[in-house]
Amino acid sequence: MNTKTSRLPPIATLGPFIALLLACTFFASQSDRFLSTQNFSLILQQVMVVGVIAIGQTLVILTAGIDLSCGMVMALGSIVMTKFAADYGLSAPVAILCGIAATALFGLINGLLVTRLKLPPFIVTLGTLNIAFAITQLYSKSQTITNIPDGMNWLGNTLRMGDTNIAYGAILMLALYVAVWFWLRETAQGRHVYAVGNSPEATRLTGINTDKVLLGVYVLAGVFYGIASMLTVARTGAGDPNGGTTENLDAITAVVLGGTSLFGGRGIILGTLVGALIVGVFRNGLTLIGVSSVYQILVTGVLVILAVATDQMSRKGAR
Amino acid sequence: MSAQPKIVMQAKGLVKRYGQVTALDGADFELRAGEILAVIGDNGAGKSSLIKCLSGATIPDEGEIQLDGQTIHFKSPIDARRSGIETVYQDLAVAPAMTIAENLFLGRELRRPGLAGMLGMIDKKKMLEESIARMNDLKVGIRSMLQAVETLSGGQRQCVAVARAAAFAQHVVIMDEPTAALGVKEGNMVLELIRRVRDKGLPVVLISHNMPHVFEVADRIHIARLGKRAAVVNPKFISMSDTVAVMTGAKAVDDLPPEALAH
Repeated sequence: MNTKTSRLPPIATLGPFIALLLACTFFASQSDRFLSTQNFSLILQQVMVVGVIAIGQTLVILTAGIDLSCGMVMALGSIVMTKFAADYGLSAPVAILCGIAATALFGLINGLLVTRLKLPPFIVTLGTLNIAFAITQLYSKSQTITNIPDGMNWLGNTLRMGDTNIAYGAILMLALYVAVWFWLRETAQGRHVYAVGNSPEATRLTGINTDKVLLGVYVLAGVFYGIASMLTVARTGAGDPNGGTTENLDAITAVVLGGTSLFGGRGIILGTLVGALIVGVFRNGLTLIGVSSVYQILVTGVLVILAVATDQMSRKGAR
Repeated sequence: MSAQPKIVMQAKGLVKRYGQVTALDGADFELRAGEILAVIGDNGAGKSSLIKCLSGATIPDEGEIQLDGQTIHFKSPIDARRSGIETVYQDLAVAPAMTIAENLFLGRELRRPGLAGMLGMIDKKKMLEESIARMNDLKVGIRSMLQAVETLSGGQRQCVAVARAAAFAQHVVIMDEPTAALGVKEGNMVLELIRRVRDKGLPVVLISHNMPHVFEVADRIHIARLGKRAAVVNPKFISMSDTVAVMTGAKAVDDLPPEALAH
């Protein structure tokens, strides 16, 4: 028996880091402005919303599911929190909690449909994507909400570290990644998320309540979308009913680029952070060297296919 | 002859109906301490319904199940597990991408002491040590417990599943066709492990279609037929063909020589 293979990190784990390094090297050679702490802090600020959505998305994908509703639920959350603050005069923390409750509720609905009615997550979340979008439009009357309390902008403020400014929101995102990484690695609940994605039947037979794990994951994902709502409101200073459209697929892209298997049960959450950074670096770098953002979309598409192909092939190699 | 070993698990008059079909029609069952009891039967003989009742996967309509003399009512396999009955399935038993150590403790992770444990943190080091100890105990030769299960052969994977059951079962290990998906060599490896589990004092219920395997390891053979127990035979004193004849109804139990029957 060959024990060496299991010790070496599979290509799916190292791939994202290599891709990120290559992208950074390329853009550094093309633009003087790319390699600066100021620019990196800007990239972090640009990816913080997608990054936090992608945490929830990673959890769902680890269970062999997918959540197509993530961006729209995030947009709904941002409308709920800004409108509750603007219309009912709720204080920023209370309004934010209401928004997170709304996104968690959507997670609960997704989870209940997946576990109780055994519907495929793809179809369930395709449905809730449209429902969340419609509610967002109806509730906001398609109007951007701007008269929000100052407290809601706070996370968009920056902290001065040397000569760079880092947004509080970006720090929050990094902290969430570390916390979820730790939870997935070191706790029984975290390991059960992997087990359910890896082999639901075997997991059920060991006595783990797999429905409870799945439901928990969808609700938790909803909470992360709500935190992302809070970050997007802080970043833009408004509740945007048309938000979430790019974030929706960008979040799935980040997860896939980060090496998490769409078949479930395999992946590292920190890979998703790298995946989100790859998307951010391309967007930022191509803008710096003056290339149309359409090319960024093109490159992302190619990278996604590469990432899934690597996943597929590394799985075949493991058999 | 010395006195019979005591009965660990017993069922009397089990009845299970699925709509119009009567799967179990007053089936009896007895498992004694320290034995491997094979359960055989043609398709539809009620063999799997019987095992499902014993492992908690289904609830019998009538009849009684006793464990160590106590009447029990399992509502789910989890109830059975809590009573010290572990079941090994033909396949689907392990999570392939997870390590051997993780699989052994899946759903029963050891927590760290103190506050960290209360927060749900698992004690990986202790689980690894225990995994090594338990696998050594059963002489399962696997180099690293940190290997993913998918790097193992089919037989080795099944050994992991059997070792897990043996490690946690307090009373009974039920094995449902544990060698069906395996090749000859791998199958023998698992049979050898099943013997070791018995020798450690755990009685084993082995469901199998494979007559050579049954005759190789079983101490007694329970023959299920038409929803009932047709006979319990002693593999030392009965031929394989007579056993199959009883199983299919080609030969009446009364026509067997008396020493062939086990009591």
